[in-house]
Amino acid sequence: MNVWQFTEQPYHPVWDATSDPLKNILPNSRLDPRKAADLYDEYMAQWQLCDELGINIMINEHHATATSMSASCTLPLAALARTTKNVRLMSLGIPIANRADPVRVAEEIAMIDTYSRGRFEMGFVRGAQYEVFAASGNPVSQTRRFDEAYRLIIKTLTTHDAPFSWNGEFFKYRGVNIWPRCYQDPHPPVWMVAIGAAAGGWIAEQKARVGTFLNGRASKLLFDGYRRRWLELGWGMPPVSQFGYMGLVAVANTETEAKRRAYQIAGYIRTQSRLAPQFTSPPGYVPSRFVAKEMRLKTNKEYVAEQQTLLTSSGKRVMLAKASIDELIDAFVAFAGTPDQVFEQVKAYHDYVGGVGNLIMMGQGGDLSHADTIDSLSLFAREVMPRLQDLHVDGYEPPTLQRAAA
Amino acid sequence: MGTEEATTSVKLGDINVEIIDRGKGRPLVFLHSAEGIAECEPFFSCIETSTRLIATSHPGFGRTDLPAPFCTIDDLAYFYLDLFDKLQLRDAILVGASFGGWIAAEIAVRSTAHLSHLILADALGIRVSKDETEVEIQDVFTLNPVELERRKFVDPAKWKRNHSELSDDVLSIIARNRESSALFGWSPYMYNPLLLRWLHRINVPTLVLWGEHDGIASVDYGRSYAAAIPGARFDLVPDAAHLPHLEQPARFATLVAKFAGITPALS
Repeated sequence: MNVWQFTEQPYHPVWDATSDPLKNILPNSRLDPRKAADLYDEYMAQWQLCDELGINIMINEHHATATSMSASCTLPLAALARTTKNVRLMSLGIPIANRADPVRVAEEIAMIDTYSRGRFEMGFVRGAQYEVFAASGNPVSQTRRFDEAYRLIIKTLTTHDAPFSWNGEFFKYRGVNIWPRCYQDPHPPVWMVAIGAAAGGWIAEQKARVGTFLNGRASKLLFDGYRRRWLELGWGMPPVSQFGYMGLVAVANTETEAKRRAYQIAGYIRTQSRLAPQFTSPPGYVPSRFVAKEMRLKTNKEYVAEQQTLLTSSGKRVMLAKASIDELIDAFVAFAGTPDQVFEQVKAYHDYVGGVGNLIMMGQGGDLSHADTIDSLSLFAREVMPRLQDLHVDGYEPPTLQRAAA
Repeated sequence: MGTEEATTSVKLGDINVEIIDRGKGRPLVFLHSAEGIAECEPFFSCIETSTRLIATSHPGFGRTDLPAPFCTIDDLAYFYLDLFDKLQLRDAILVGASFGGWIAAEIAVRSTAHLSHLILADALGIRVSKDETEVEIQDVFTLNPVELERRKFVDPAKWKRNHSELSDDVLSIIARNRESSALFGWSPYMYNPLLLRWLHRINVPTLVLWGEHDGIASVDYGRSYAAAIPGARFDLVPDAAHLPHLEQPARFATLVAKFAGITPALS
């Protein structure tokens, strides 16, 4: 199993200093550049430690928000391409539907891949709903724009014989011919993100790796849908390396301490709804024929919260935004405790979903201190990670759709 | 308040067009705002006794089909020119409100062959300022919802709708109208950078009406619009904000009828 470390790189000092929404409209006068620089130092130091510990690094991208200072994922990845030597570096992901210049995205990918001598993995995302407003792209056509940008990027990375032109619906270029080209052949592994099971089919057809975040037991539906699609296409069962799951991870010498760390990391969850109502549902992001139910609910906060429910082991559902740490652990959203406990929790999740090849840990989040993060990551690397390499599920078959629905 | 008019359907090529076609006399074509044709009945009742009222939902709005390639205001302008051809309209009074006013202006710069008069009410569609950061049209997609309603209406409480009481069908249309507004007007936001320099082509008598308290597009913006159309008149509609055809239906109908030389209903 490959393990990855992830932090949103939050600017948490402002979270409790205001009750205002944290996304889109919070003025950046609320950010102290010295504190931001200090936080960037911490996040960079954590990643550097990961290189020594053998934990791979995943970096995401968000805009106009105090919940993440990662306004460009390719910048820190480029820095790490030089300062790390061992681990793999993943973007998850570059919001290609919101980037105006897919060829530039391909150039950055080729550079990072070459700087790191082939350690890059390229994840592409649509971007969260509220990010549409910070970018210039039309939300109504965003899915089509994502598709065209993705095809253009792959064509750019895999064309080596001559410049090509591109006259698409959204992007137009005369002579695309990037220098350098990728280090990896044909290109870095592709990642995409899905939360609901329906999106898994298309991602499976691309043979892209699929990452899913904090949805617990629902991730099994996604992975099984992906597996069924490969079987339908005659490709056999996908290797578990095609799947990645993100959970909150906090390890400590005592269960109490670990749960306290997990609670701090879960500040990520608690701040998700700190969003002004006009940004929760861009027009056309979800097709209008599905929107009627959403409109009937009293407030957008309720809608957002209702969408994110988790299945617990008792069969009861809990809202992600309101779940306790114990409920998050039960729901496979958090893996928190002593090293033995965390190993058992990850194993239980791994076995439940029929095997997963990539554990993406949110090992830092909210105001979890640098010292606690370092301690947690070190404990994990020393006492949990080696045991994860022995995990495997033999002879797993995804249930047929009828049985899955039952 | 909030009752839906009975609409019918007419086919333009493959496109099913939702249409109200009532009354007799010179045709008056009404092009709706992003809010759609629901709730326009008070204005329609005033105007229809002395005119053939034609009110359609734009492609992508209400129950009118959205042809897959449609994505620009040009598509809407040519759709309507095609429809006017099909209906064989002549001497028509073209009235456009807000987003519908933008469409009306785009139609008129291309061809006034079907038209006798043009009326633009709180019309969107041009950009006057050279200052890149100046906001001429308030961004309905990012405004706080309470402030948005305050800018659209003099009396926002009167126009507040309880979504939990509306049918799925009505809610779907509201969502559809919002999605289509974004499809056609997301960026550049609710304007065509070329339109201002084409307005000189409009060669029918034009009236630009503006709600006195319009908080979406200002009275000054409206005056600039009128100034760019040869011979256009500019009049304010008192006690109205961005949608005077909704807030002051009788007054609005009277102003329209007087300008176009038709007799409105007494109300």
